[in-house]
Amino acid sequence: MTDIMDPPRAGGSRTKPSRRSLRAKSADGRGGGMVTGAATWPVRIVLTFACVVWLMPIAGLLINSFRTRDSQFNSGWWSVFGNPLDATQWTLNNYDRVLSSADANGANMGEAFINSLVVTVPATVIPILIAAFAAYAFTFMTWRGRNVIFVVIVGLLVVPNQVALVPLLKLYGQLGINQTFLAVWLTHLGFGMPLAVYIFRGYMSGLPGEIIESAKIDGASHFTTFWRLIVPMSVPALASFAIFQFLWVWNDLLVALLFLGRGENTVLTVALQGLQGQTGQGRELIPAAGFVTIIVPVLVFLSLQRFFIRGMTTGAVKG
Amino acid sequence: MATVKFDEATRLYPGNDKPSVDKLNIDIEDGEFLVLVGPSGCGKSTSLRMLAGLEEVNAGKIWIGDRDVTNLSPKDRDVAMVFQNYALYPHMTVADNMGFALKIAGVDKGEIRKRVEEAAKILDLEQYLERKPKALSGGQRQRVAMGRAIVRSPQVFLMDEPLSNLDAKLRVQTRTQIASLQRRLGVTTVYVTHDQVEAMTMGDRVAVLKDGILMQCDSPRRMYDHPDNVFVAGFIGSPAMNLLDVDVADGGVKVGGSTVPVERAILDASSGKNITLGVRPEDLELTTEGQGIPVTVDVVEELGADAYIYGSTKAHQHVEADEDAEGERPFIARVDGRKPPKKGETVFLAPKTGHVHAFDASSGQRLGD
Repeated sequence: MTDIMDPPRAGGSRTKPSRRSLRAKSADGRGGGMVTGAATWPVRIVLTFACVVWLMPIAGLLINSFRTRDSQFNSGWWSVFGNPLDATQWTLNNYDRVLSSADANGANMGEAFINSLVVTVPATVIPILIAAFAAYAFTFMTWRGRNVIFVVIVGLLVVPNQVALVPLLKLYGQLGINQTFLAVWLTHLGFGMPLAVYIFRGYMSGLPGEIIESAKIDGASHFTTFWRLIVPMSVPALASFAIFQFLWVWNDLLVALLFLGRGENTVLTVALQGLQGQTGQGRELIPAAGFVTIIVPVLVFLSLQRFFIRGMTTGAVKG
Repeated sequence: MATVKFDEATRLYPGNDKPSVDKLNIDIEDGEFLVLVGPSGCGKSTSLRMLAGLEEVNAGKIWIGDRDVTNLSPKDRDVAMVFQNYALYPHMTVADNMGFALKIAGVDKGEIRKRVEEAAKILDLEQYLERKPKALSGGQRQRVAMGRAIVRSPQVFLMDEPLSNLDAKLRVQTRTQIASLQRRLGVTTVYVTHDQVEAMTMGDRVAVLKDGILMQCDSPRRMYDHPDNVFVAGFIGSPAMNLLDVDVADGGVKVGGSTVPVERAILDASSGKNITLGVRPEDLELTTEGQGIPVTVDVVEELGADAYIYGSTKAHQHVEADEDAEGERPFIARVDGRKPPKKGETVFLAPKTGHVHAFDASSGQRLGD
């Protein structure tokens, strides 16, 4: 019995078998072994089940994105497993059309992809830069009103974004920047800053104060200390916030729809929503367009995932 | 290289009504190794940080050489500091850590490299220059922190308990290394520690602080032989000095069953009928029964050549040098290691003539010379 259970566990973790053998020694023989072995299998099954449930729709979407309009509408995506070699059902046409030709509303996913990058990259980098400066000032400089201002900024976290939308529209109208990238950058900057300042300050106040003092004695100005010491040491917090802000802005529909709308500056989310005409034409393009939309978030997540959880908790908990 | 002068320097933290450092006056010679020592919270680190410029000076002045640095920022004081936790920059290599200050100062790259390598040679760090601090042992990190100070060739070295993160054996080794390095470089050094053994072995002079007030500043020898007050007497020396409340008798003081002769001048200087008598453990001798102080032996510590007995006595009240200290202090005496008394035995101890210290019972100040 134990022999059958052992191999997968040994493969999964090196520490577990030894802990289990200790427990088996203390308990009387194989009874102890059976208890720990039984506890593992339900966990594995539940995890596998969860993964399958989560991945299934995405797999379906991916398969459908390569199928022709007819086969998409006439049979479910799973039917491809019956005759995977039937070449007539497969096509790259969806991607071709999504990326090049204009859709029902005149938006082009290829251009929208570029627009999304133009919106997202500055809307991620600028808040991080400003928030890091602010967090440095809140952590390492002493000035009158420091705590009050910090509380006000963190307090802004509880204000729902929707409250600000109408006033912002009016303001941007007066400034004449509605439907421009600047309007979206400013909006995301404003909505992203409080959380960023909060997380960065929490992280920075966990850095050893002697390092800053040592830099002071070494003759470093605030500017040098910030760039040469604080930024490199805060990379986990900066990276984790960067991921969150990037994903949030990339996936945002509301702000983009309100302040950019449709037209030449349209971003992916808005274009995706407009792809399907009212009469259902262009419906076959949705899976391919969906994949174009999520490709960047997936890449960002995969390349920075080691910061994803660690940085978020360290930043918040240490403060 | 320069002299350092604390001139009535005072630090009062906002919200406190008692200053953490109260009118500190110390003159440090050029090239001198001065150790600030005292129990925790005595203001020794604050004093050092005031000299570094990390702590504001509320009153008084601090001079480095002939410059008044009281209101200068740390970088303009030309001092280098070694921190207790080393404060190495974790993302930089050892070489970059050591060269950081020079880089900021805009020193030419080749020159930085040269000076870093010189310092690394002195500290035996040459093979670690390209490593990051996390790949070094505690002792190596400590040396990097020292190296960072040396590379700058500052006017004053400041060290804030640089050895307290090392294990006991390494601490003793490094202690000697730092002391000899300081002699070789000849840089004025202010060193903070709570360990009086470190203070006695390393310093040219030792300054004992308590509650922000300088109790005494002297050479280790003089500090040991001639403590200015009860606190220094009890603080310096290990095991600690026995401090007894004794009555003044004709021509001396009554210690247990006998009279210990004490100079007339000392007795005259005393304000009351009793004084505090200090006797170091090594200045006590076994004497015949009925003479001296009867001491019941609680613990015998055998060290080979010597043995220390820790006991208690009813004949005299023990004077507490530091009112914050916890627990009752035992009566300690050094005896011959070959035939120490047994636990539970009662022995009679008398101080050697001329080896007693007398302090005023109320003020705690030394009486006579």
